[in-house]
Amino acid sequence: MNKLNIITKGFFKENPIFVLLLGMCPTLGTTTSAINGMGMGLATTFVLIMSNFVISLVKDFIPDKVRIPSFIVIIASFVTVVELSMQAYLPDLFAVLGLFIPLIVVNCIILGRAEAFASQNNAFDSILDGLGMGLGFTFALTLLGSIREILGNGSIFDFKFIGAESNGMLLFVLAPGAFLVLGYLIAIVNKINKAK
Amino acid sequence: MASKKESTFTNMVVVLFVISIVAATSLGFVYEFTKTPIENAKIKKQELAIAQVVPAFDNKPMQEAEIVKIGDSELIFFPAKKGGKLVGVAVKTFSESGFSGRVDIMVGFKPDGTIVNTSVLGHKETPGLGDKMSQSKSKWSTQFNDKDPKVFKLTVKKDGGDVDAITASTISSRAFSEAIDLAYKEFMKKYNN
Repeated sequence: MNKLNIITKGFFKENPIFVLLLGMCPTLGTTTSAINGMGMGLATTFVLIMSNFVISLVKDFIPDKVRIPSFIVIIASFVTVVELSMQAYLPDLFAVLGLFIPLIVVNCIILGRAEAFASQNNAFDSILDGLGMGLGFTFALTLLGSIREILGNGSIFDFKFIGAESNGMLLFVLAPGAFLVLGYLIAIVNKINKAK
Repeated sequence: MASKKESTFTNMVVVLFVISIVAATSLGFVYEFTKTPIENAKIKKQELAIAQVVPAFDNKPMQEAEIVKIGDSELIFFPAKKGGKLVGVAVKTFSESGFSGRVDIMVGFKPDGTIVNTSVLGHKETPGLGDKMSQSKSKWSTQFNDKDPKVFKLTVKKDGGDVDAITASTISSRAFSEAIDLAYKEFMKKYNN
């Protein structure tokens, strides 16, 4: 497989959110603003790259029947590393995302990529796959967060462009808005992918 | 490439054991490594909040903190002094009746009980609605500044008080007012009999 292809497929052809529909819980939960979506995406990207890398290295030593528990232990360790470092060095971001960080463990993208890609490919390709999928996830979350922030709050990356005391369409920063925006985005991406 | 290990009982036990040991050890190191920065970040956040809610001081309020138990939780009083004279007290207070749970607030009083300023330390309120209680989101909470709770009733107007609630967030506003009210009552008990 072409190396560049491994990275770019995460953006459109196999985008974890829009096409594979994996990891919906953090997607719907954290994308109330652009910066939250981006923080969550980057944290997930880090875990994805590291877990893909380690799993592709140790895959030959892990008996098939215990591969899932082994993968989960490895993934959970990296998530804890992210949680502790974020708490130590980015306390403001942690205050917002803290609740969702431990949930990266159960994000099916990570286990899914470990199972579908890292356990069959070499270390370098697995890192590229983690990077591509992670950035695709970050891209999707940031896009979703931006749209919800613009419509719901009249701001983007906390920069307000409508009057300070006026509200946007609040529906969009609440839970139903996540479903609505995600639905439309999936439809658009499917249309583009089909046209290709 | 080496052939895959077979799923025999011994193999499985050994592999899981080794993976867990390695994971646990490395996490132990990361924990030790980040422990001090995490503590520092928490202390710094609290120091900033204290400085924001009381007049200028020259002592170290964190070291003179006093704790008052309220049910299962607690209020923390941070006395701010300048030249040995009390200029204000920052109170870390809370309310359990936020729209989505607990709200933690730092509020500063002058020695006579007038509110100086407030700062939200943590909350889980709805983004775009209840989160307007944070001063980074809206100026709503500045209505408490320079008010004396003796004459300014700390409940929302709907409940017969003097607080203008955040539009569409009466519950969050109630929780905020309740937390300030609790802090005020304990403050008066402690410093003004």
